[in-house]
Parts: sequence; C-alpha cells; structure tokens
Amino acid sequence: MAMMPALERDLNNMSEYYESGKTKDASWRESQLKGLRSFIMEKQDHIMNALMQDLGKHQLEAFRDEIGTLIKTLNLALKSLKDWMSGKKAKLPQIALLTSAEIVPEPLGLVLIISSWNFPFGLSLEPLIGAVAAGNVAVLKPSELSPACSSLLASGIATYLDNNAIKVVQGGPEETQQLLQQRWDKIFFTGSARVGRIVMSAAVKHLTPVTLELGGKCPAVVDSLSSSWDIGTTVKRIIVGKFGTCAGQACISIDYVLVEKGYCSKLVELMKVWIKKMYGDNPQRSKTIARIVNKHHFSRLKSLLDDKMVKQSVVYGGSMDEENLFIEPTILVNPPLEAAIMSEEIFGPLLPIITVEKIEESIKFINCRPKPLAIYAFTKNQTLQRRMISETSSGSVTFNDAILQYAADSLPFGGVGESGFGMYHGKFSFDTFSHQKAVVRRSFLTDFWYRYPPWTLNKLQLLEVSYNYDYLGLLLVLLGLKRPSKRLISDHI
Amino acid sequence: MLSKATSLPIKLCCFLFILMFCNSISGARSRREQVFDGEKANFLVRELRKNFDSGRTKSYEWRVSQLEAIVKMLEEKEEEITDALYKDLSKPQFEAFISEVSQVKSSCSEALQELKHWMKPDKVKTTITTFPSSAEIVSEPLGVVLVISTWNFPFLLSMDPVIGAISAGNAVVLKPSEIAPAVSSLLVNLIEQYLDNSAVRVVEGAIPETTALLEQKWDKILYTGSARVGRIVMAAAAKHLTPVILELGGKCPAVVESDVNLQVTARRIIAGKWACNSGQACISVDYVITRKEFAPKLISALKEELEQFFGKDPIESKDMSRIVSPNQFARLVNLLDEDKVSDKIVLGGQRDEKKLRIAPTILLDVPEDAMVMQEEIFGPILPIITVGNIEDCYRIIKSKPKPLAAYLFTNNEQLKKDYVENISSGGMLINDAVIHVATRGLPFGGVEESGMGCYHGKFSFDSFSHKKSVLYRSFDADSSMRYPPYTPQKEKLLKAIIGGNIVQIILALLGWS
Repeated sequence: MAMMPALERDLNNMSEYYESGKTKDASWRESQLKGLRSFIMEKQDHIMNALMQDLGKHQLEAFRDEIGTLIKTLNLALKSLKDWMSGKKAKLPQIALLTSAEIVPEPLGLVLIISSWNFPFGLSLEPLIGAVAAGNVAVLKPSELSPACSSLLASGIATYLDNNAIKVVQGGPEETQQLLQQRWDKIFFTGSARVGRIVMSAAVKHLTPVTLELGGKCPAVVDSLSSSWDIGTTVKRIIVGKFGTCAGQACISIDYVLVEKGYCSKLVELMKVWIKKMYGDNPQRSKTIARIVNKHHFSRLKSLLDDKMVKQSVVYGGSMDEENLFIEPTILVNPPLEAAIMSEEIFGPLLPIITVEKIEESIKFINCRPKPLAIYAFTKNQTLQRRMISETSSGSVTFNDAILQYAADSLPFGGVGESGFGMYHGKFSFDTFSHQKAVVRRSFLTDFWYRYPPWTLNKLQLLEVSYNYDYLGLLLVLLGLKRPSKRLISDHI
Repeated sequence: MLSKATSLPIKLCCFLFILMFCNSISGARSRREQVFDGEKANFLVRELRKNFDSGRTKSYEWRVSQLEAIVKMLEEKEEEITDALYKDLSKPQFEAFISEVSQVKSSCSEALQELKHWMKPDKVKTTITTFPSSAEIVSEPLGVVLVISTWNFPFLLSMDPVIGAISAGNAVVLKPSEIAPAVSSLLVNLIEQYLDNSAVRVVEGAIPETTALLEQKWDKILYTGSARVGRIVMAAAAKHLTPVILELGGKCPAVVESDVNLQVTARRIIAGKWACNSGQACISVDYVITRKEFAPKLISALKEELEQFFGKDPIESKDMSRIVSPNQFARLVNLLDEDKVSDKIVLGGQRDEKKLRIAPTILLDVPEDAMVMQEEIFGPILPIITVGNIEDCYRIIKSKPKPLAAYLFTNNEQLKKDYVENISSGGMLINDAVIHVATRGLPFGGVEESGMGCYHGKFSFDSFSHKKSVLYRSFDADSSMRYPPYTPQKEKLLKAIIGGNIVQIILALLGWS
C-alpha cells in the first residue's frame, strides 16, 4: 500500500492541471491526438514485437486489429474534433421568443481507463482517444497479463503525450483496487462481468458514471446457403472470426455456431478444408495463430475438453502444447449443452457447432442465454435477417461477416445486459467521456406577467395557451374573447 | 357462566369484543400477507418479464395506446391530480397545473408526435474499412425497468420517466414516494384504470418495499432523489450490472450581476424559488451570489416583488406550497436557528409549525461554513452571498459539488461566455430560473454529485433503449487479403486500405509498393 500517497499526489496534480483549463483547449487535444498517432506510427515495429511477445500475435493481425484501427480512429478524431466540440443548437418553437438553447459538450474531468490483455493497444488507446478528444485528463491501467505491451504503453505515453495529463499505472489486481478507491469523474472498463461488478460497486462511493465493455457467448448462425461461393466465404470469415482473431480470445469472437442438422456435415468439411488452406498441416508451425495468453487460461481451456462427452464431440483438432501455450483450431459438434464449454464464454480456439432442426430455432436458443456482445448471422434470407434483429437482443448484429463491426466508426460499440452498458468508437467515444450540458439563454425583454403569483384564473388560462404553443389562443385570451374551459374553475384559486 | 341474569348489553359487548379481536388477528394476517417483500418483488419482475418477452410492448400500436391513455387520464382526472397535490404539499392548483400536469401532457404529446420517427432505425454511413457494407442503429427496448420517484413533484417525476419507458417499448414498475401519499395512491388507481396492467405497475411503500424491488434484476433503473439514496440504488444495480439514471440535486447557484433588469430578475428568482414548490425542487435557486454594492438593491427588489406575489403576510398565502413534512420542517428550522445564521436574516424567518409553513426568508452573507451553505437547502430560505468582484463567484461555486443547474443574470456577453465555460453543472440557464427543463430538445440530467444519465423528450426514449448496431455485409467482393496465409503483399494492401489513400491501394493491388 506504499503506492497510495504517491498515487493520491499524482491524481491531485492531474486534477489541478485539469482545473487550469489547459486540456479544454482544442489545440491541446489536437496535440495529444497527433502525439498518439506519432507513437503508433513511429513505434509500429515495437508494438508488433510486444504483441508477438505477449500473445504470439502475427503482425498482420496486429496491424489489422490494433495498429491499423487506431490510426483510422486517430485520423477521424483529428478531422472531426472541431465539429465534435461545437455545441448543438436545439430548435425551439416560435413562442420561445428571444430564447436560445444548445447542448454544450464539456469534459468530465479525471477519468480512469482499465483495459484488457487481448487487444492491449486497441482496448487501451481507443478509449484514451475519446477521453483526450473530449478534453479530460486520464489514467490508463493496462493489463498485467500482457506485460510487454503494458510497459511499451507506459514508455510510449510518457514520451509522446503530456505527462501532466495522461499517466499509465502498471500493475495487477492490487494496483487496480487502489485505483478504484480514488475519486474519478468516469471509469471506462473492458474485461469480464465478474470484475465489471467490482468496478461498478467501487464507483458507487463517488457516484462515478461507468462504461462497462464486457463479453458473452457470441453466436454465429449459419443458414443453409446454396451457393458454394457464399458458403466458402462464410467459412473463411468464421475461421478468421474465431481462430484468426487472437485465437478466439476476443469479446466479439464467434463463440459457437448454430446450423441446421442437415447442413452441418457440409459446414464441417468445408471448415476442415479451409483451415488447412489457411494454416497448413501444422497450424502451430505457421506462426499465424496467436497463442493462449497464460497457463491459467490454457488450463481453463484444457479443462473444457476434459469432460468425456465433450471430448467425444471433437471432430477436428484438439491437440494442445502446454509448454508453448498453443491450442490448434478445434471443432466440436453438439457437445452437451450443460457442459462448461456451452455455459461459459470460451475465449479460445475451440468452436462448438450446435445443430437445430430448423435454422429459425436459433432465435430461441440464443434468447435462452445472456445477451451477448455480438450476434452473427450468415444468411441471405431477409426474413431471417429481420427476425434476428427484432427477436434477439445483443450489443450488435452483423450479417455475413464477423468482427468487422469493430472497425465501423459510425456504429456504437457496446453491450447490453450481461455484455455491459455504455458505448464507444467514433463520436461515441467523445460523447462517452463528455457531459452534455444544456444551456438556455433568455432575454429580459420578454417577460410574461402571467408566470407569477398571485394566481388568477386568467393567468392560468394564458399559461395554458402559451404552453400549448397556441398563438391564436393567446391572442384570443388577451382580447378576452376566449372562454375559460370548465376544468380551470376550481375553489383552490 | 354468564347467568341468565347477566344483562344483554354485557353479553353483546363480550360478543363484539370477541369479534373485534378475531377481526384484528385476521386483519393482521392479511396485512402481513399483503406486505411487499422480496418474494413478491421477484414474482412481479418475472411476470412482467414474461409479458415483455411475449413482444406486446414492442409494437408501435401498444406504445401509442398507452400514451393516448395517459393523455385521456390527464384530461379526465386533472382535478383529482391537483387535489392530491394540494393534499400532499398544499400545492396551489396553478403551480400543480403548470409544473406537473401540463408538463406531463407536453411530454406525452411530444412522444406521440415523434414516436414513429424515434423508432425508425438510424441509417449510418460506412467507410472503406468495411466496404462494401451498409449499417444502421436500431433502437430496442431494454426490457423491464424500474422508476423510483420522489415527493416534491410526485406526479411529474413519476409519469415523465414512465412515459419515456413506455415510448421505448419497455415494461415498467413505478415506485412513487410515500412522503406524498395522496398522489402515490392516486397513481395506483389511475395506472390500474388507464394503462395496461400486464406491463405497467405501481408498487407503493417505503424503505422495505424499495429494498425488495432493488434486490431484483432490472434492465434499467431511473431514480430521482437524494445522493445518499442514489448510492444505495447504484450499489444494488451493480450486482446485476444494471445501468442507472440518477437524477439527484445540489446547491444551484444564481449569480446576479448589477447590469440586470432588476425587477424582472427579482421576479424570476422568486419564480425559481418560492413559487416553485416553496424552494423544494432539485433545480430551485439554492443561493444567490452578487456584488456587495448591489445586494441591498436586489434585496429590496425581492422584498417588493415578494409582496406583490404573496401579499403582506406570505406565510398565510395560498399561492405558495407548504413544507412537505414535520421532518423537513425541523431540518429547515435548524438551518435558520444556527447561531452564525440567525442574525443574518434580512427578511422573513417566521415559521408556523402547525401549518408546516416557513415565510420566504432571505439571509445576507452567512459564513461559508454555516450549515445552510453546506447542504442543499430544499426550502424557502435564500442566502445571498456578496463578493467584491463578480468573478469571485467561480471560486465559491467550484468549492461545492457540481449542481443540477446553475443560473446567471446579466447582460454582459463576456460574463455569459465565461460562466458557461467555467462552471460545470447539469444544465444552465441565463437570465431566468428553472424553466430550462421545460425546453424541448434539451437533456435533463446531472453531472458528478448531481447525477448521471439524462432524460426528457427524445433523451427519455434513448435512455430507455438499447442502441443496437447492425452491419450488413455481402458475400460478393471478398478480398483474399483478409485471410491467412499472410503474405507481405497482403500486408501492404491492408495498410493502404486503412490509410484510405487510393493511390497506395492501387499500387499495392498491382504489387508495386
């Protein structure tokens, strides 16, 4: 606990810096965004190395999922900053004479970003971009499970950004606990539901608003596609959406597949073909698939296959290399639904395929389980598409692809129910770290005498027509030409 | 045992006594059975969830039918509503109509007018990173939501969030405040009579009932009240990862510069304090900051206008609400009777414990550590703090938690600009008080200690909805660049596409970069 006084002192300094107003300046925000962009572009190789070291992530994955998306977001933020910062005028009805109203975004103050280990750069910096663009000062707590990335973030941010305003605190659960004891104006958390509850409970003390980006079992519904091109593309996208994205260790990874009984074997065969094409006969040797992050998660995944019935349902893969923390792409067909592999979020390269009689039954299957962060559906059937949207609930729905929704700036990225609440990406990041202040300006010139006591029937009548924006009514009452309606007559007046 | 000689009246008394005794036992038993505990709360939520899952509340028709029923309810039962408000708060019918009934009606009309538009998915643009694709944001109801309301605007602060919840397609349970019992039980009757009981319910009660409700899993909770209970609500919500909207309070300052139209300013401050539920409102003007030299002018203008509004003996005026309860009355009297405060009264100070009334009271320059300057007043007491320079107001306001509203009276454009820049509050109103919350198109909510989240109008609809992202991709145009095995050429192409530079893309495609 020796950290506490130093931490409190640092946070006090950051709050004072924030109070000085420096971070509200558009030029400051722009300089920080440019600083982040320089960091990512100049240190690309270092970043890729760190990701390889912590997760065995291939550099194309590193670029596609983290470096590339961050550059895209930074370019968007720099381009849009002035627009995001400007107030939005509210249109008022004519009767609001000489009144103006607008929504002015203002920073919240001192914010805390707790990120995760699977996309250590992306999940740290995407929120940070939002926090900085919105004019806040921020503390970033990257995950200790990706230590190389964590320390690169610390050194990079110290070098490229304003240290008075943005700090990185490294460490594990103890450091996180200490951070959660402090007073924040916002906490942005990415991780598990279990820790999400701890974060939100800690936020209660200071009434700190939180955004929780959690996870869930993201299903992929695969319709019985007739075109071989379509099913081929589907299979490729499922493979990349599962094994090709941090080896299935992503909150939006395809967790399991739902397919019609009669189509299952076709799907499985095609998957086997394409896995071989993409990863060769020895996927481990191809060095294209990320490894499991640590022994704890490796053991967890291994134990998912320990169940005899589950083991029997493995139709492809299954081999595990404990020393190198590598699990090859594994497909299962119809493991028992009560087994852990079908009740917990898998977060690994094991893909259960569950068969249903008719594909529409997928809807009921999905609805029996907690709302996931994403639902995927590979289908051209527009009725099924409409039903999936209106009859299921999830953070997002993506048709005929997977993971890609993460890169769409115009779409909010966030969960619902067990998969979290709040959202970010694009302008939503800016909004999430802002307070939308309503500002109304009135003039002294228009003062309606009927607003004030003593209350009379006539005043009540006038106010009623004013409130109903009834210009003509107002005129009539003023001229004494409008009869008061019966209900205004009461003995309280 | 009773001999024939025992008189009939005595036998009758015994009989009646036994009857009463039995009655009271069975009454107690049925009262116990009627206690709303965790089990009942759980049953209620499960029932509503089943009804929600059936899909009935999602349709446009259902939502409109409920909103129209509320409009009908307001038209038919206006008198009952204002009567109940008078009973609970001695709220003048005028105030009741303008600040509660009319606001609810306006909220309903806006929802009815705009609902089709609000429910439509929001089509959004997509970029080259997901090309080719189309995307939209679909609003869907969250499910079963809980609205916990409060006593000062018991009708408005119950119905307005309920309107939001319904317009977003949710099932909703309303827990009105027991401190306004007439309105609470009226709401039970009205909602039972006018709305769809399979999806909209009211639970009356106090702490035990609220606790039972908070133990359940809700899809959203909107709470209006104090920061202390707000924390209890948020803590309960954290167990179920339930998002919350907390509409709390704070000390809403009104800064008055000397360049104002004095009469209008005084009137508007009064309208935002004493004519607003006798100062018992989360957005009431809590205290005033003004220049030292200007204070006497402001005070005499306030005195003059107060007399105009409420007569020579305002404590008797029927045009002002009373204090809601003996508890609140005692709290306010305590604030006035504190040593460092009692000699700073420049107007008012009279109180009538029996009638629960306190006269409009103005204090001048109480010390900053006085209780009346530390807690939210929520009553008809107005401290005026004087400063040398008007800019000193920033230090005073910022020394307190961020309030729900901040007011400024001035004609100086630079001061207006600086105030908006420097002061953070839920909302802000320049040259008037309180009425900004009636402005369409603006969110109503706090920041920091004054709350989180917002509602009103479309913000209500959005707050009670989940904004679901939907991305449509096609099978055509599938680039092998996305798939392993990853070659250097694929990497170059990917970089070029993310960079969005068309020349780079072409070069990469041709293998030239």
